[in-house]
Amino acid sequence: MPDLGKYAGDVLMAYGVTFLLLAGLIWRSLARSAKVKRQLKAAEERKSHG
Amino acid sequence: MAINWNAFWEWANPRKFMWWTDRALPVIAILAAVIFVIGLVWGFFLTPDDYRQGATVKIFYIHVPSAMMAINIWAMMLVASLIWIVRRHHVSALAAKSAAAIGMTMTLIALITGAVWGKPMWGTYWEWDPRLTSFLILLLFYIGYMALWEAIEDPDTAADLTSALCLVGSVFALLSRYAVLFWNQGLHQGASLSLDAEENVADVYWYPALVAIAGFVLLFVALVLLRTRTEIRARRLHALEMRERVKNA
Repeated sequence: MPDLGKYAGDVLMAYGVTFLLLAGLIWRSLARSAKVKRQLKAAEERKSHG
Repeated sequence: MAINWNAFWEWANPRKFMWWTDRALPVIAILAAVIFVIGLVWGFFLTPDDYRQGATVKIFYIHVPSAMMAINIWAMMLVASLIWIVRRHHVSALAAKSAAAIGMTMTLIALITGAVWGKPMWGTYWEWDPRLTSFLILLLFYIGYMALWEAIEDPDTAADLTSALCLVGSVFALLSRYAVLFWNQGLHQGASLSLDAEENVADVYWYPALVAIAGFVLLFVALVLLRTRTEIRARRLHALEMRERVKNA
């Protein structure tokens, strides 16, 4: 870990917020992708069975 | 050499798009993760403190790439919206819709990291400076754009209206980029990175910054492909559900 001196709080906060926001965006994108994929598969099965 | 535009449109056909992105997406995602980590590890751990800004210079590796992406993602949405308006190409409208949440996140990161960086350097988190203000307006445009997509049920009408909003918002995206040149006032300095070597930061900061920017760009490409694939599936799902409803009525 580099010595961030008196700016440690500012630098770590900037990186922390960035990682948090990007992680949230990636998680939401993957979760919605999985959900829609599952729903579409179910709808296509219903279509093919009747 | 003449460009074969027909081949281009063929690759953007929904079925073909799903086929090639299914193969390309894992590769792009892995590449994005690797380049992103290299850029930030290099910038955070392996660069010296700046003689004026001290350790806060490390915020540069997240602030500059996110700010660049915030503006360029809106530019990408503008191109996609124009394609929708001119050619009624559904994948382009869905790609613009998919990019908006990523652009909003990048704008938010740029604003927050800028504020955190601004406090020790300028003595304030916020100032109604031309660039900061135009970025805040850009964030509001992103939120409005996303809200408009959610508010309208018919996807084609939503694509029409959001495309119009995207054209209007482009003025502010452009202002965000050139605000410091239009108004020679405020706290924010001009572009940190430019093709003019005299204006660039020192190489020791410049090279890791380029890698970090490449990481952000690849992350955007991976996410926009993933989200566009989801939107194409959601549209197909919507069509199937409508058909079911008509059949059961």
